[in-house]
Formats: sequence, C-alpha cells, structure tokens
Amino acid sequence: MPDKPIRVLVAKPGLDGHDRGAKIVARALRDAGMEVIYTGLRQTPEQIVNAALQEDVDAIGISILSGAHNSILPRICELLRQEGMEDVLLVVGGIIPNEDIPGLKSAGVAEVFQPGISTQAIVDFIRTHIRHKNAPAG
Amino acid sequence: MGDMAKEAETGVEPKADALSRQASAAEMEWQEKVLKPALERSPERQKTFTTISGVEIKRLYTPADLPDFDAERDLGNPGEYPYTRGIHATMYRGKVWTMRQFSGFGAPEETNRRLHYLLSQGQTGLSIAFDLPTLMGYDSDHPLAEGEVGKCGVAVSSLADMETLLQGLPLEQVSTSMTINSPAAVIWAMYLVAAEKSGAAWKKLSGTIQNDILKEYIAQKEYIFPPAPSMRLVADTIAFAARETPRWNPISVSGYHIREAGSTAVQELAFTLRDGIEYVEWVLRAGLAVDDFAPRISFFFNSHNDLFEEVAKFRAARKVWARVMRERFAAKNPRSWLCRFHTQTAGCSLTAQQPYNNVARTAIQALAAVLGGTQSLHTNSLDEAWSLPTEEAATLALRTQQVLAYESGLTEVVDPLAGSYLVEKLTLQTERACYEYFDKIDAMGGMVAAIEKGFPQREIHEAAYAYQRAIERKDKIIVGVNEFTSREQPINILVVDQSVAAAQGRKLQELRERRDHAGVQSTLEALRSAAATDQNLMPFILNCVRSYATLGEICDALRKVFGKYEEPAFR
Repeated sequence: MPDKPIRVLVAKPGLDGHDRGAKIVARALRDAGMEVIYTGLRQTPEQIVNAALQEDVDAIGISILSGAHNSILPRICELLRQEGMEDVLLVVGGIIPNEDIPGLKSAGVAEVFQPGISTQAIVDFIRTHIRHKNAPAG
Repeated sequence: MGDMAKEAETGVEPKADALSRQASAAEMEWQEKVLKPALERSPERQKTFTTISGVEIKRLYTPADLPDFDAERDLGNPGEYPYTRGIHATMYRGKVWTMRQFSGFGAPEETNRRLHYLLSQGQTGLSIAFDLPTLMGYDSDHPLAEGEVGKCGVAVSSLADMETLLQGLPLEQVSTSMTINSPAAVIWAMYLVAAEKSGAAWKKLSGTIQNDILKEYIAQKEYIFPPAPSMRLVADTIAFAARETPRWNPISVSGYHIREAGSTAVQELAFTLRDGIEYVEWVLRAGLAVDDFAPRISFFFNSHNDLFEEVAKFRAARKVWARVMRERFAAKNPRSWLCRFHTQTAGCSLTAQQPYNNVARTAIQALAAVLGGTQSLHTNSLDEAWSLPTEEAATLALRTQQVLAYESGLTEVVDPLAGSYLVEKLTLQTERACYEYFDKIDAMGGMVAAIEKGFPQREIHEAAYAYQRAIERKDKIIVGVNEFTSREQPINILVVDQSVAAAQGRKLQELRERRDHAGVQSTLEALRSAAATDQNLMPFILNCVRSYATLGEICDALRKVFGKYEEPAFR
C-alpha cells in the first residue's frame, strides 16, 4: 500500500440526477481510506477532466445511468489524452449493456461496473490498478 | 373523537401502542412450555429480524401488541374517515384499480404507437415518460441533450411533438398521467392545447401531471429553478386546474423517487406527506380555500419487497393524510381528506442478474400495492435493470396485474389484512414515525427549509448506505446477486434508435422556420414580464405554446427571471 492516500474524482455527467450510486460509491471509497472529490450533478466532460487535473487525482469514477455513456465516455477519454492524463485510471459504473463494454474499453475505460457490483469490488479494482503519480512507472 | 382532538392539540401521537400490554397468562405459559424448549432445541436463524427498512420484527404478534387498538377509531369503515381501510366503500368489488403502465421512448411517433398498443392490450390508463432533455427543459437540439434524446422517455420539444404523441388517442375517455416536474406547467399547457385542437373539452380531460418539485430537490434531482419560483409554478398550476380542469390532478406528490434514492418505507411516507403539507400551505398563501383544490391532490408511492411493511405504509398514508387535512388544515369536504394514490413497483429492487426473478419480485410488490388499496398501478418489466422494456416484457408486466386482478381473489374483499396483529401494529408504528418526522421538519421551518439544510437528502443517503452495507455483509439477501448466483444467458434488451436525435433536430429546425417569429417573441416576452409579477403564469405559458414556442425557449424565458438551482455540495 502506498503511503499517500489514493485520490479519486467521482463524477456524474449528463442530465440524469439519480445520484444514489455515485454517493454510495464516494462514501465507500472514503471509508476505504481514499480521498474523494465528488463533482455533483450534470458535469460536462470538459468540467470533469478539468476537475481531475486541478485535483491531481489518481482515478476518475463516472456514474452514468441514462444510456448516454457511448457519447460521454469516449469524449472524456479524448480529453484525458489531450491533457496528457492517460495515467489517470478511468472507471465507470451504471446501466451499461454488455454489448457496449468492448467499445468503451477500447476508448480507454479501464473497467465497467454493472448493476449489483459490490463497493468492495470497486475499492479493490482501484487499489490494484492505479498508478500513483509519484511512484515510478511500471 | 375526544381523544383525537386532544392529540391534535398537543401534536403528539397516542403513545399507548408504543408499549405492548403484558402477555396473557396463556401466552406466558406457551412461552415457558413450548417456545423456550423449541429455542433451546433449535435456535432461530438470526438474533434479530428486520424489515427491508431495518425496522425490527418480532417473532409473533398477538392481541398484547395492540393494547389500545380501537377498530372504530383506528380503522373506521372503508370509504369513511380515517380511510385506513380504503377510500371507497366497495374498493375493487366496484372497480378494479387502473392498470397504468409508464411508457415512453424515442420520437413521439414511436411512443404514440406503444400507447395505442397498450390500450389495445387492455391497459386502462396512459402514463407518459419523457426523456431527460425534456425533463430538464431543453429542446432536443440543445448541446446538453447530446446522447440523451429519446433515451429514458419520449422527446417532446413543442406543441407539434405533443400533437404527434397524442394522435388518435381518445383523450376524453382515457386518463393520462405525465411524469414531468420542473417544466410541468409547460408540458401540461402543450397537452391542454393539443387536446383542445383535437376537439376534446378541458372540462372532460382526466389525468395527472406529476408536478412535484420538492421530491426533485430531495431525491431525483431533475430541477431547473430555485425552490421559491418552482413552488410558485406548482401553486399556479393547482390554482389553474381548480378553475379550468375539474377532473385533472395537477400534482402527484411522490414518494416513489424518494424510495428509489434509498429511503426507508417510513422516510418515503413521511417526506412525501410533509411535501404534500408544504404544497397545501403554498396554495393557501396564494389565496385559495383548502376545499377548492385539496380534492385534486394525488399521491404516488413505491412498492418494495417487504410485503407487510408496504401494506402498513399504504394504510398509514391514508390515515395520516386524512387527519392532516381535517385537523391541520380544517378541510371540510371529505374529498379533501382522501389520499388517492398511484403505485409503482420498486425499480431499484430489480436485478440485472437473473432478470426473470424480477417477475416474481414485481408480482409480490404489486400484491402489496393491491392489499394496500392503491387506485392505480404500474408493474415494472423484468428487463428494466438493463434498459427500457421491450414490448414483450412490458406485456408480461401488464399480464401480472391482470392475473392479480382476475385470478387471485384479491379483488373480492375490502382491506383483507385488517385485524392482522402484525399489520395493524406496523400501521400504527409507521403512523407514529411519520408524525415524528413531521415534528422535526416543522421545527426546521417546513420542507423547503429542511431541503435547504440538506436534511431529507442526508437521511435518505444514510439509509441507502446502510442498506448497501447490509447487502454486502449478506445481512440482506438478494437472490441472484449476493446469494444463489449463477452463470446466465444475456436477455434481449430494447435499443433506442440512435437516429431519433437527428430527426427531432430536423423537425425543430423546420418548426422554427415555419412559425410566426414575431408572435413567438411577443408571447415569450409577455411570459417574462408576468414571471416578474405574481400573476398566475398558466395563461401566459398557454399562449407561448399556442404560438409554437418550444419547451427550451419557454424554460429559458423563465430561467432569465427565476435563475437556476444548484444543490448544496455533498461531503
């Protein structure tokens, strides 16, 4: 375990306001010792990537339930590349059909958490997959 | 009546049922001679048992749990105050509940076809879902609408879309429910004008607009304007309905979304009824008399998995609302005392895993709603943890209601669980817990003030987090998710045509070109001016709609005057 706490941005893009999942995940990550910044609702991809940059996070967790994931997530990936932030782990949770997962992963999403996932599984995934900024690569 | 009045004066619930009477001699003997040895031989599965909301449930309920229970006072007769047993004397023997499946996706043309299909399959009322851009007051071609047009409901940006949506539907015969909140006044105005143009008289229209902004701040978060102007819009629609549309429910005060956000059953009930109180207070302040509008206030509840807890909630809802209206607001018309409600089975209980299990869950939840005396019901489809339902799944959900209504014997008797020690006890407990929340919220200065303090939001989040932890610890079992899991074949799900957005955009473009530009600008300007005064805005909104101003334009005009709401940060 690294000494420095893992920093995670939890963000809710799109017009949907159902934030039960985002808030539960934010709290579970916090309870697991991570530093969590929750953006609040209706953030554009630009706002999310900008917040991730400002807050110098190790991971971004996106909650999206409305079906707009195929428009929103590739845009976030593209902006992360433009900012040179490919080392930031991007995960998404929500109502995302199996068919859409390969496309999202090839766009740069590290993992897709579907309904019914435990918060512990999310914590574990982030812990094992982040690349700490200050740690040597590899 | 004497006791009720005394309680009302002090504002405290009867404490009598808080303590159970001592068990009878026979029961004590049973405990000693039968129960104790049984427990020694084989202990129970858990130390304590709780409802899905975390309320402790005892092993056995007996007359000792209802020491001061008075059937006349606590239950009354069906169709009579306090309506614990139902709002009608004959309930479903007279008329089965309205089967009202919520529906809407894609372009107005597609949803129109689905609505005609549902009516042809024996559905008895319509219920329309709108997409997120519509719910947020944006036109389909707004940049923020990208990726969301037609996804979670039907896209309606103008009167022209509404006319397409309602094409060929018998509007004087069916009742139409529309799930629309922040821009409810605008969508309702579109419905009224479209109906008028099709030859249907406003006085004969029946239906409901959800129009419940408070639960948006609390739970669902589809808000546009700050609370005060939002509440003014609600009051304007209620006042307008009282004059112009005697068969229309201008509000459906909703616990559904509060429960979906993770609340307990008691929180769902208490926050919803306290929202109802807030609306009544605002409309009274606008100068109406309580009995002029209260009979048209309707409610909307969730029905979750815990059968008896849910039945108790529905029974308590009627009892508490009747008393609130009669004692707190001095309503004289018995119609004002009625808690008439729609129920939807719990979307949040549906699992993506083993989706066919959802048919069983939904049937049990629907059973609770019927045992609880609902006026109308939506049953969810088995595939809705994944997407909007396919036609096959939506049909099966409707058939589930029809089996309950016509095969189970449920409809032959009024309030069949009355007198159950458990259900009566839970009803009393729920009622008392509800009044305790009222006291807290009243002390904060009402629901708008409580929302601004983040109180209901925090209470719901705590309950949601506790439930999630219970699932992860397996204190609560969800079949197919944390127990009895299996590998499974994916099911077919509905994919909404991606071309909807472009088609809606083209239609809007054409509309903007062909309408009378000056006319649109002048109706929007009149609305802006009126919004800055305290006039009822409905006539101004109707004029905007008639001129084919779009939803986005009308909401923008109001945003200019009212501003936009941002919720307090969540820490």
